Amino acid sequence: MALQAIAFYLLATVTVAAGFAVVSAKNPVHSVLFLILAFFSAAGLFVLLGAEFLAMLLVVVYVGAVAVLFLFVVMMLDVDFAALRQGFASYLPLGGLVAGVLAIEMIVVSTTVATGGAAGKNETPMAALPDVTNAETIGRVLYTDYVYFFQAAGLVLLVAMIGAIVLTLRHKPGVRRQVIADQVARSPKTGMRVVSIKPGEGISE
Amino acid sequence: MTIGLAHYLAVAAILFTIGVFGIFVNRKNIIVILMSIELILLAVNINLVAFSVYLHDVVGQIFAMFVLTVAAAEAAVGLAILVTFFRNRGDIAVDDASMMKG
Repeated sequence: MALQAIAFYLLATVTVAAGFAVVSAKNPVHSVLFLILAFFSAAGLFVLLGAEFLAMLLVVVYVGAVAVLFLFVVMMLDVDFAALRQGFASYLPLGGLVAGVLAIEMIVVSTTVATGGAAGKNETPMAALPDVTNAETIGRVLYTDYVYFFQAAGLVLLVAMIGAIVLTLRHKPGVRRQVIADQVARSPKTGMRVVSIKPGEGISE
Repeated sequence: MTIGLAHYLAVAAILFTIGVFGIFVNRKNIIVILMSIELILLAVNINLVAFSVYLHDVVGQIFAMFVLTVAAAEAAVGLAILVTFFRNRGDIAVDDASMMKG
């Protein structure tokens, strides 16, 4: 138990510190790297809770895809990030006040819920079943009761993918592109011309 | 010393607050705003998973998976809009992004 507490406090501290570094770092590249650290330690918290499948999903999806996407965009855009930080200090007091009040409220409410709500009856976390892994447990519910939601999630991803491609695809004018359909539709009739040439004259277009 | 539900909920609450704080103080930098939204969604996921584990109900983890899906889709579309916006304007300052009116 003591080891679990040490792991929890370590991971929680790193998560919160990295999260704060995300919003306060001067360089957005550092922000993205701290975001990756926050996701990694949050994945550690998930493992500690016994949700291994979601922890791995967090690492694969967030660290492997989303954070790298952020990194690409941050490095691709040539933006003066110092100018974008103007007003940081002026928003700091109000933002800090709102954040502090929000944090206190949410911690008080969640502590109350954790001790007095429906979850308060279960003092111990869900015990891992001896012969069933966490992924299998999730799969058994996901592919039966929630299969339509699963399909809908796939549809959301499809729409997002098409949307992102449509938004960023651009055809530069003046760039000659290969048009496969034109090439395939080309026949001897359209591609070749028989010209009868008189001897000694040659041809001119 | 034992770690209970309240501990995880407190971490999630602090992370959520940091996300809101990040949106507040980085009003001009839309990339950091998007990252703050990701932090908020991560906090929501921690909440869902913690409740799922302590209520002995795996449905919370499935919902966290759907939140993860939507977060990934949101990040992709948001960054695509950002890239398009940068191409059109040559800048990503969001406080004067009022092209869409009318």
